[in-house]
Amino acid sequence: MSHRVIVPIGPYHPLQEEPEFFKLYVEGEKVVDIDIVIGYMHRGIEKLSESKHFDQVSFLVERICGICSNSHPFAYVNAVEDLARISVPERALFIRTIIAELERLHSHLLWLGLAGHFIGYNTVWMWSWKYREPVLDILELITGNRQHYAMMTVGGVRRDIRKEDIPEIKKMTHDLIPVLNMFKGAVMDDPVIHARTRKVGILTKEEAIDYCVVGPTARASGIPIDIRKDDPYGAYDRIDWKIITQEEGDIFAKLVVRVLEMYESIRIIEQCLDKMPEGPIDADVKEIPQGEGIGHIEAPRGECFHYVRSDGTNSPIRHKIRAPSYMNVASNKVAAVGGTISDAAITLAAVDPCYCCTERTAVIDKDSDKKIMNGWDLVRLSQEKTVRLKKGLSK
Amino acid sequence: MNLKLKALTKSLWVFHAACSPCNNCDIEILDVLTPRYDVERFGIQLVGSVRHADVLLVSGVPNYKTAKRLKLLYEQAAKPCFVVSIGTCAIGGNFFRHSYNFVKPVDEIVPVAAYIPGCPPKPEAIIMGVVKLINSLKG
Repeated sequence: MSHRVIVPIGPYHPLQEEPEFFKLYVEGEKVVDIDIVIGYMHRGIEKLSESKHFDQVSFLVERICGICSNSHPFAYVNAVEDLARISVPERALFIRTIIAELERLHSHLLWLGLAGHFIGYNTVWMWSWKYREPVLDILELITGNRQHYAMMTVGGVRRDIRKEDIPEIKKMTHDLIPVLNMFKGAVMDDPVIHARTRKVGILTKEEAIDYCVVGPTARASGIPIDIRKDDPYGAYDRIDWKIITQEEGDIFAKLVVRVLEMYESIRIIEQCLDKMPEGPIDADVKEIPQGEGIGHIEAPRGECFHYVRSDGTNSPIRHKIRAPSYMNVASNKVAAVGGTISDAAITLAAVDPCYCCTERTAVIDKDSDKKIMNGWDLVRLSQEKTVRLKKGLSK
Repeated sequence: MNLKLKALTKSLWVFHAACSPCNNCDIEILDVLTPRYDVERFGIQLVGSVRHADVLLVSGVPNYKTAKRLKLLYEQAAKPCFVVSIGTCAIGGNFFRHSYNFVKPVDEIVPVAAYIPGCPPKPEAIIMGVVKLINSLKG
């Protein structure tokens, strides 16, 4: 047996949504096993929510994750509306759907940029973050803030979309299509991206089912699950759109799923703006009765689940949250094992778990406990592989 | 102003330490570096190790796991190193002030040179905070 070392990735320093600690066991270049430890960014939100009013909780759960800052309140209000049997006005449902899709657009663009960075394509990073800005502008136009939109409230939304803003929103959304075409071309035709992502980090359909993965990670492995279709909420059942799936389960499939999903998001937004009826935006909820309710929605990363129980007072007595990355991160156990270290960076990033944790990486020799490599070395290794491939291709 | 400080204000290298934030401050920090705001024009660059950094950007609420590591990070940094606490969480705890896992605000753990409030602060606000920091260093 060759010399086995441990590469700890993480733990405490997650720059992105969820904090993870990956312990990669490597023999030479090959990853032979992986341990995943999560729970480093604990802020006690479920407990805090028991001390807040039903109205305040939606702003609290918004601060679980800055990238999915619409998904959590959306799932939470769905749970409370399920509990109290509230019927939400039509217009509010359409506005909620628009915000949710805008969030998906910005989240997928953000991931695309980071994925580009991890394989050494900083141009992709800069481009996709540049073209993410118009999405944030639309969100600012509608909600008044670039992030943390604070739109969801129990029984409706907090702000209306003004009639005179609609042409502007439509134009800005439509302008994203050429950008997406450019990205689609860049991703689908680039031989280096093909070489780096095809047949790398494969998650087969059976493994995906075993690990209960959700969202784009599952859809890239050929499982057509999407809460928007399976259990429609918001206005998704009144709109024509389709689920994007790919069969391969490798990183390229995940990339393609996300890029194509952005087109669907634009279609959904445009239809919503056309079909949005006039009317009130809030059901004016007076009190929350005793009972329990669940709400789940399709966040950019997969199913986001909230459970709320009430005893008739003005705060929940139990609030349980399950975020999508919790399921997806575990699938790295099969996806990353068997690959090389230089592919580990992109494989672990492919489920979109927020991978900036890499910069806390250190390769430690098991016997001498001496640090050999840090996180940036890992990214550098990955970037060097791209440079090598580029040279090989240009010959 | 001594020579070291004078040289430092020409080009600040920043290291970003996230202490259990919700990521929004972090993506806004990265946003500042990407084309629309592009502070790399002014020599501000994100570095991979705190040992190379002149400025430590802290975001999020320090909890029992991250607070001691934040202190360790500050001790590892080559001095002078200025701490900028970004976002309401890092300044006062925000919503999480009453959480059982909240330790204390960042400025009670490490000395803070500049505060940028907001949840999250807009990229313009972050740039303004950095400009104010540079001006205060110049005296």
